[in-house]
Amino acid sequence: MNVLLKAHQDSIMTRGSVPRFTWLPALQEELARLGVKLGEAQGESLLPARLFELNSRDWGRAAQEAKHQGLRWAGLWVEKPGAAFIVTACFEKQGDHALFRTRVADLDPELPSHTPYFSAASRLERHAADLFGIVFTDHPDRRRWIRHQAWGEGQFPLRRDFPRAGTPVPLTPPDNGYHFIVAQGEGVYEIPVGPIHAGIIEPGHFHFLAVGETVLNLEERLGYVHKGIEKLGEDRDPAGLARLAGRVSGDSSVAHAWAACMAMERAARIEPPPRALILRAIFAERERIANHLGDIGAICNDVGFAFANYQFGRLRELWQRDNLAWFGHRLLMDLVVPGGVARDISNGFGFAMIKQISALRRELDELRPLLAENTSLQDRLVAAGVLRKETASALGCLGYVARASGMDFDLRRDAPYAPYDGLPVEAVCRGEGDVAARLEVRYDESYVSLGLLEQLLEALQDGEILAPWKTPPAGAEGLGLVEGWRGETLCFVRFGEEGRIARYFPRDPSVFNWSALEKLIHGNIVPDFPVCNKSVNGSYSGQDL
Amino acid sequence: MIKLLSKTFRVGVVTEPVKAFGDAEMETLGAELKAVIDRRFNGSLAIRQVDAGSCNGCELEIHALNNPFYDIERFGVHFVASPRHADILLVTGPVSRHMQSALLTAYHATPDPKWVVAVGSCAADGGEFGISYASCGAVSNVLPVDLVIPGCPPTPLNLAKALLKLAGR
Repeated sequence: MNVLLKAHQDSIMTRGSVPRFTWLPALQEELARLGVKLGEAQGESLLPARLFELNSRDWGRAAQEAKHQGLRWAGLWVEKPGAAFIVTACFEKQGDHALFRTRVADLDPELPSHTPYFSAASRLERHAADLFGIVFTDHPDRRRWIRHQAWGEGQFPLRRDFPRAGTPVPLTPPDNGYHFIVAQGEGVYEIPVGPIHAGIIEPGHFHFLAVGETVLNLEERLGYVHKGIEKLGEDRDPAGLARLAGRVSGDSSVAHAWAACMAMERAARIEPPPRALILRAIFAERERIANHLGDIGAICNDVGFAFANYQFGRLRELWQRDNLAWFGHRLLMDLVVPGGVARDISNGFGFAMIKQISALRRELDELRPLLAENTSLQDRLVAAGVLRKETASALGCLGYVARASGMDFDLRRDAPYAPYDGLPVEAVCRGEGDVAARLEVRYDESYVSLGLLEQLLEALQDGEILAPWKTPPAGAEGLGLVEGWRGETLCFVRFGEEGRIARYFPRDPSVFNWSALEKLIHGNIVPDFPVCNKSVNGSYSGQDL
Repeated sequence: MIKLLSKTFRVGVVTEPVKAFGDAEMETLGAELKAVIDRRFNGSLAIRQVDAGSCNGCELEIHALNNPFYDIERFGVHFVASPRHADILLVTGPVSRHMQSALLTAYHATPDPKWVVAVGSCAADGGEFGISYASCGAVSNVLPVDLVIPGCPPTPLNLAKALLKLAGR
């Protein structure tokens, strides 16, 4: 039996032989000493994460201690199935995810904020405040975030009594009156940019304070492409939710669809067939490579190195054409479906893919020194947009943004899910945290992905690609965690009656990485903003939902 | 430097001749396009792309129009930074309510005569998102639309074909 199948059969419950949650007793002990009870909830539905319930008045203290013990803050979502709100926050340490959950009463819903301890929590708490009306009492920034002018203060779209259609006016006014940070002094000026940017890019607003050419402060105002994805997920069937998840962020279609399907399958206690899981990983690695190739070219283009834009644009296009020929879609949309995958590959395609992998590796080998030895390129990339490890860590950064700043974390290695649990995944890590490091991490990750693709193709055995769907009982919940090309992609799903979705919450890694852009731009010049921005490449759609 | 030049020469020009797109309609359109743009647009057709709420899938494929394979600029079609320089607004996404005003501002800033092209399933009919508290749905719910290019997302080839058709109108 091959190693992948064996590992797969070990299942997500045991996750191999690595001892798990070794840090948990110390946290529980310390919390108990503070009088905070962290009671583990019954049931296994949210595995591999463990779920703990606590009193809402202990919510802040629990986060404070979690911070003290070096946990990472990884997300927060709210549900309101009945009279009370259910708030769940996700933490992670050493690849183990722990969920803290509390209940908040309907009237005057208030909860201590996690933001004083985890900066990472700020925007998702503001998101929850705007959409559910929960007041995070000691949140340092009480401005609205996802709400612009499409609905009123005191209206909360994700509450059940808020109709999906809302009560819109014919013309939603522009979002004037948001209080940006101001600075005074001689020579300080403001540069408002967007929401529509000068290029083929998503919309968002950047508010610069500059002195001469140097950026004093950058403040992002996002939310322009808020489409109500969480609300639109409600009442869908599993296939419909997978389609929607594939459009949370079009460049991460596989990652989000996989995370959503993983969450639904765990809720429904369905195991996709081994062949389907390997195909999912093939899609995910192909998505990673396509985005890395395109962005390496685009980063170089932002500093005027047109040669690289031409070469990497060419490689990306060839890669996407293969996607179309082999899988029927250039961006691999709608291939990951509940229970498995929608499309198989023939052995002939597998052979062709092996050839293309070798060809791309040769191209990357040849192009690498051309980038590395080009002094005018390196002059612009090295030491530009430096993100220090402490900042990246405080903001909960993920993916290549985190790894380029020395945060050595990759779900595929540290919390492996099938089929990665049977594969050695090398996480590429650097320490410099500048634009050059982010580019290099992505360059090396492309090699790692090519190697993984070869191993995945080798491990591909004949078999089914779709497990029959079983409707889970109302209330069943599941958590999906996938290392997309941008980093850890989280998804929470709860089922309602008749197998319909009651709650869908996707958390794109961009939520945290966007905040990093505000920090790493400090002290850089305004003309370097495009390349710094591209080196982070946050998804607007994925953050705005 | 010699390695760079060597790579440049060895890869050569990968831009595909119009007939590589593979159908007779495209060959005819491509051959006529330059003449049409020369005659009607003084040699250049300027596009301002506006993402009014898309998932960014359409943006990736519009971007691809500028990669060396399609190189849409050779037909005189180019993307501009300001709507004031544009002949065409290429709008993607369901129009999110938060982008409605900005889209209208861009529209009014585009000098007449102008065309509005709705790109992708969401722009065509709301797609996966439809109309909701947060979304106006199709672009035509907000602006008069001259051409719809369906697809989720439309391929660069389909985008190129549609643009050529529009210019030839």
